[in-house]
Amino acid sequence: MHVGVLVFPGSNCDDDIVHVSRVVLNAKVTKIWHKASSLTEYGNFDLIVVPGGFSYGDYLRSGAIARFSSIMQDVATFAQQGGLVWGICNGFQILCEAGLLPGVLLPNQNQKFVCKNSFLKCKTSNTSITSEIETGAVLKIPVAHADGRYYASQEVLSELTANDQILFTYCDADGNETEEANFNGSSLNIAGICNKERNVFGMMPHPERASEAILGNIDGKAMFDSIVKSLELVHS
Amino acid sequence: MTYKAIITIMPHKELLDPQGKTVKKNLPNIGVEEVADVRIGKHIEMVLEAQSDTDAKDKVELACSKLLANVIMESYSYQIAQQ
Repeated sequence: MHVGVLVFPGSNCDDDIVHVSRVVLNAKVTKIWHKASSLTEYGNFDLIVVPGGFSYGDYLRSGAIARFSSIMQDVATFAQQGGLVWGICNGFQILCEAGLLPGVLLPNQNQKFVCKNSFLKCKTSNTSITSEIETGAVLKIPVAHADGRYYASQEVLSELTANDQILFTYCDADGNETEEANFNGSSLNIAGICNKERNVFGMMPHPERASEAILGNIDGKAMFDSIVKSLELVHS
Repeated sequence: MTYKAIITIMPHKELLDPQGKTVKKNLPNIGVEEVADVRIGKHIEMVLEAQSDTDAKDKVELACSKLLANVIMESYSYQIAQQ
């Protein structure tokens, strides 16, 4: 498994992904500077991760400027050809701005940067990053963002629901998708989605910060394990 | 020719604007009462070189639609004048 991790000016979760991929999953990992013109310069990839951080200082809108970095053109092509692309936090914002995922991430309803553990309900096992998680399972995954209020038109929300594209919703510890658990005010409590083709994923919470026992939480590892399993199936 | 564009970007009306809501809530603290609504957007001034009025408009329109605003959450308007 070869994981490519994009690096923008202001990315700050790139090394976390590199660490989890290399040490926990024993995968080959390559960092890709955003000014690169093609992914193939760096090799052939099974997964491209757009990591968290504050690309371009969140100027204008989170992800708005990063999405025009030269590498993003090739990431779009990679996605169109069926390659797996996973955006976490700022990466989710960048993928939405780039139009690779529908909707947009608005400032949190309470105007605050929220950094805490959140509870997520897995809404579908039918994707490469959730295949090892039971539908309805509750995971504890940390969040750290100011612009995480997922918004899309009613029409898009209906499509996401009908096409089983909602990966995770915010819930309480018992799995209830309450208004209180929806701390940032996202439409339908949405914490993560995938595209219609089910190969581009975006989520605000950080599974890479919860994938090792030494950190006290391994709930996030199931997503990385899902990707490894999915790729094994593709290659076998 | 040099042009100056004054661009206004506003969040869509149907969207909650937490900044505007917070400002509205706190205006009575300075004695400003009975404010029905406050919405906060962006004001952008852009100076550019263009061959003609149409060329200037095309450039500003492209900047707004592709980068300065995200039409899923915002609307934009602008005025352009030759300097």
